[in-house]
Amino acid sequence: MDNIKIRAKLVNDTTEVKMIINHPMETGRKKDDFGQLIPAHFIQLLTAKLNDKPVMEMQWGTGISKNPYLTFYLKDAKIGDKIAVNWVDNLGKTGEGDVLVTAG
Amino acid sequence: MQRRHFLSIFLGGVTALLIAPINALAATWNKRAFEATKFSNAASDLAIKNEMPSQDIDITAPDRAENGAIVQVEINSRIPNTESIAIFVEHNPTTLIGHFTFTNGALPQLVTRIKMAETSDIKIVVKAGDQYFTAAKNVVVLENGCG
Repeated sequence: MDNIKIRAKLVNDTTEVKMIINHPMETGRKKDDFGQLIPAHFIQLLTAKLNDKPVMEMQWGTGISKNPYLTFYLKDAKIGDKIAVNWVDNLGKTGEGDVLVTAG
Repeated sequence: MQRRHFLSIFLGGVTALLIAPINALAATWNKRAFEATKFSNAASDLAIKNEMPSQDIDITAPDRAENGAIVQVEINSRIPNTESIAIFVEHNPTTLIGHFTFTNGALPQLVTRIKMAETSDIKIVVKAGDQYFTAAKNVVVLENGCG
């Protein structure tokens, strides 16, 4: 589960969730040093959950930068609540990670 | 049009049901929208229509980006009942960057990093109920970030 790092902090009634995923996000249009096209490899679907209830559903294309970064905000989370994120890419590879909300 | 619309939603639903057990995610990836090269096509593939310019969508991004591979953008919708935010870069090889849906107390606000091939507007479309709202921010790109 080290392909995703998540941090969630409660500040003034709002929980700020920051995450970064290790992923090449290849567009399929870039060439390698030998002039060969590097096949597309990018995350397509992500779901973020708060205590197993979905809070964000995301669809991504190749335009999200390498090692995707995202901050999002929840108004109904409390300290100790669990936030989990999972993703699947165009090659069917998956990743997931979770974190407990802490005081900011 | 009505019937075609119903059919596309219905077929999408059937596909979602077939794929759901495999990846255990609720949504299906909108291939057509993500492969569209023009904003108007991508937008219609997302069922976006009659989008109205709005002052209530804040877009924070640099005026100039040295490297188009990483352009940080912050989006905040102040439109009541915002359900989703779509990010487009009009001059990228494929125009749709990402689509974000908010439920169960997620605020319609996010920060992410995107690729920009050349100087372009970043265009945001917000869905609230049956209505669509839009705003744009131009970013001058000095180095192609799409490889």
